[in-house]
Amino acid sequence: MLGILKARLFQGHRTIKFPDGPAPELPDKFAGRPQIECSKCPSDCGKQCVDICPTGAFAASNDDAITPSIDMGKCLFCRACSNACKNNAVSFGRTYQLSAVKREDLVVKNNDTSERVVRNKKVCDLFGRSLKLRQVSAGGCNACEADTNVLNTLAWDLGRFGIQFVASPRHADGLLVTGPVSQNMREALLKTYEAVASPKIVIAVGSCAISGGPYRGQKESCNGVDTILPVDLFIPGCPPHPLTILDGLLRLIGKL
Amino acid sequence: MKCFIDISNGETAKLSDVPQLSSNDFRKIIIDEVAQGSRLSALFGHLLPGGKVLIYAVLAQKETASLLLLSSPVDGKYPALTPDCEQAHLFEREIAEQYGVFPEGHPWLKPVRFPPAGRSVEDLFGLLPGNNQCGVMDYFKMAGEEIHEVAVGPVHAGIIEPGHFRFQCHGEIVHHLEISLGYQHRGIERALLGGPDKRSIHYAETLAGDTTVGHGLAYSRILESLSKCKVSARAQVIRGVAQELERIANHIGDLGALAGDIGFLPTMSYCGRIRGDVLNMTAVLCGNRFSRGLIRPGGVGFDIDAKCIENLLKKLETVRMESESAVDLLWTTPSVLARFEGVGQITSAVCSKLGLVGVAARACGEAMDVRQDFPYGIFRFSHIPLSTWSTGDVFARAFVRWLEVQRSIAFIREQLESLPDGDVMAPIGKLAPSRIAVSMREGWRGEICHVAITGENGKFVGYKVVDASFHNWFGLAYAMRQQQISDFPLCNKSFNLSYCGFDL
Repeated sequence: MLGILKARLFQGHRTIKFPDGPAPELPDKFAGRPQIECSKCPSDCGKQCVDICPTGAFAASNDDAITPSIDMGKCLFCRACSNACKNNAVSFGRTYQLSAVKREDLVVKNNDTSERVVRNKKVCDLFGRSLKLRQVSAGGCNACEADTNVLNTLAWDLGRFGIQFVASPRHADGLLVTGPVSQNMREALLKTYEAVASPKIVIAVGSCAISGGPYRGQKESCNGVDTILPVDLFIPGCPPHPLTILDGLLRLIGKL
Repeated sequence: MKCFIDISNGETAKLSDVPQLSSNDFRKIIIDEVAQGSRLSALFGHLLPGGKVLIYAVLAQKETASLLLLSSPVDGKYPALTPDCEQAHLFEREIAEQYGVFPEGHPWLKPVRFPPAGRSVEDLFGLLPGNNQCGVMDYFKMAGEEIHEVAVGPVHAGIIEPGHFRFQCHGEIVHHLEISLGYQHRGIERALLGGPDKRSIHYAETLAGDTTVGHGLAYSRILESLSKCKVSARAQVIRGVAQELERIANHIGDLGALAGDIGFLPTMSYCGRIRGDVLNMTAVLCGNRFSRGLIRPGGVGFDIDAKCIENLLKKLETVRMESESAVDLLWTTPSVLARFEGVGQITSAVCSKLGLVGVAARACGEAMDVRQDFPYGIFRFSHIPLSTWSTGDVFARAFVRWLEVQRSIAFIREQLESLPDGDVMAPIGKLAPSRIAVSMREGWRGEICHVAITGENGKFVGYKVVDASFHNWFGLAYAMRQQQISDFPLCNKSFNLSYCGFDL
C-alpha cells in the first residue's frame, strides 16, 4: 500500500494541458503537412517526385506548367518525394492539423497553406457533448490502432472531452475505422455499421482507411472505407500522430 | 547424396544447390532434425513454372548457428509431417490453402486465412472463387450435458485487431479454444512478387505495424545479402537501438495492459504513458513513433547527431526510473501475483513440441533468442543477456518482458555512448538471380523469418514471411485449456500476438 502511494507521488500528475495549454512537443524530424512551391520547379524537371511516390499520392499534370499536388489521403509521409527533389520544392512542415471532412480537401496544391474546415454543425449539435465510438480495425497494421488507443491513456485522457471508445456498436454513435478494409473484414465492418443506431458517423484514420494506402489496388482490399460507407472525417497519416487524431476529433465536434 | 545445405542467418544460397528430396526422405529428415532439437522456422510452397509445387523447409539448428535448407517437389499430395512433427501443423494447412496440395494424414486440416484472391477453382476446403466468407469452417465441437460454446469476434471489445475465437466450455472451464484468423489478410506475400519495387519496404513496415523495425530489418537484410551490400557499423548500431526501443515500448505497454486486465490501475496508468514516452524516443530517431522511414535496405534513413544522442540518453534515464517505479509494484503486490501465477501455464515439453518462439518460449525456460543463437547486425559484436523464466505462466511471460526491458535499456545506453562514425546508407545494387535468401530477426514478440527466392531476372519469384505470431497463436489456445474463460483476456494479453502479422 505504501509502495503504491510512493509510486503515485513519484509519477505525478501527467495529463497534457492541451488544448487549454500548449500542445505536446513534436519531434524535430516530424513530418507534418506537405508544402509544395512550384516556383522552384524547373520547366525541364524530370518529376522524380511523382515517379518515386509508392502510393501515387504525388501527381503532376503537364498542361502548360507543372502543377504538382499531394493527396494526403494517399500519402505515407515517407518523404521519398522531398528527398528526391533537388530543388527543395517539396517539404513536410510541422503542421499536425491534417484532418478534413471532405475527401478533396486532403489534396495539397501549390503554396497551399489554407486551413480546412473540419467542423460539422450537425455532428456538433448531436455529439458535441458526448461521442461514443466503436473502433473497427479492417486490415489495419496495428499502428493506427495503437496511436488511437494511446488517447485513452491518462496522458491524453480523451474522456475529458466526452469522447469514449465503447465495447459494442450498440453503445456507439459512430465508427472509427482503420485499415484498407480487407475483403475478409468487409462484411464484418458493414454489419458493425448497421448495428450502430442512426444518426451515426464514420471516421477514417490513416492512409489505408482513407485510400488503401500501400494496399491500394490490391484485390485483397477495398481501397479504403469510403468505397463502402459514407465517411464524415478523414484523419491522414501513416500512422497519424495522436495529436493529429485528437485535433481531428475535437474539431469535428466543435471543441477546437 | 547431401540431404540439405546449411547457411548462416542472413546469407544466401544458389537455388540449384538446395537438394530436392523425395517426400519420404524430406519428411524423415525434418522429423529427425526436429527430434534432435532443431526448429522448423519455415515450411512453405513455391509454385514452379508448369504448375508443380516445391516445398521448402528452413530448419534452425541452434548448436551450429546454421539454417538448414531442403526441398521436395510435390504432385498434388504428400504424406503429412504433422502427425510426427507438431511444429508443421499450421505450415501444412497454409500450403494446402495456398497451393491446393493435400497433406495426407493431417489431423487438423482446415483453412488458415481464407484468402479471397487465391482461389481460381474450388479449393481443398470446398470454398469457391468469389466466396470470401472468412471464418466459415468446421469448428471442433464438444458434446455432452451442460457443454456450451462461446463464440467471440471478429469485432470484439477494445481497440484491437479482428479475429474469431471459439471456446468449448463446461461451466467456467475452457476445455478447448479454437482460433480462426484471416480477417486482416492483405495479400502481402503475393504483392511482394515481382519486386523489389517502391512499395516493397512499405509492405515490410506494415506487415505488423507494431513490429516495423523487426520486419523492416528482416526484409532489408534479404536485399542486402542478395546484392552483397555492406551496411556501415553506424547504421547497424542505429538499427539495434531502434529495434530495442521497439521492444521496450511494446513490453512496457504489455505490462501495463496486463495490470489493466486484472484491475490493477496504478501500473496500467503509468505504463500506458511510459510506453508513449518510448515511442516518442523512436520519433526522436526518425520523426515517426513507429519507426516508419527509419529502416531502409542499405542502412537507415536518418542519421543522429550529438544533440539527438544527448536527448535520447536523458529520456532513456527517465524511462528507466519511471518504469522501475511502475513495474516493481507488480512484483510486490500479492493480489497481482495471485492473478499472474499459475494462470495459462505451458510446460517446456509442450512449448518445444508446438515450436513456440520469443517471449512465450523463454517464459517456459527455453534458452532461445535469434539475437544470441543466430546473431546479426550489431548483436554479432554486442550481446544482450538472455532472459528466461521457467514457470510458463502469465507471471513468467510478464517477468521475462520486464527482464528484457531492463537489458534493452542498458544495451541502448551502451550503444549510444559509443556510436561509431561513418555513413548510414550504402547503395543497393541489382539482386543476384536464382538464389534463395533467409533472414531471421528477433522481433519483440520473437523470431521473424523472411525467405526470398529470386528469378533469373533478379526479381522476387517467391517471398515467405513467418511472424512470431504464426508459431505462437496455437500456444495461446493450448494455454487456455482447463482455465476459466474469464481469464482469457489475461492469457491473451500475456502472449499479445499479432493478427495482421499472422494474416499477412
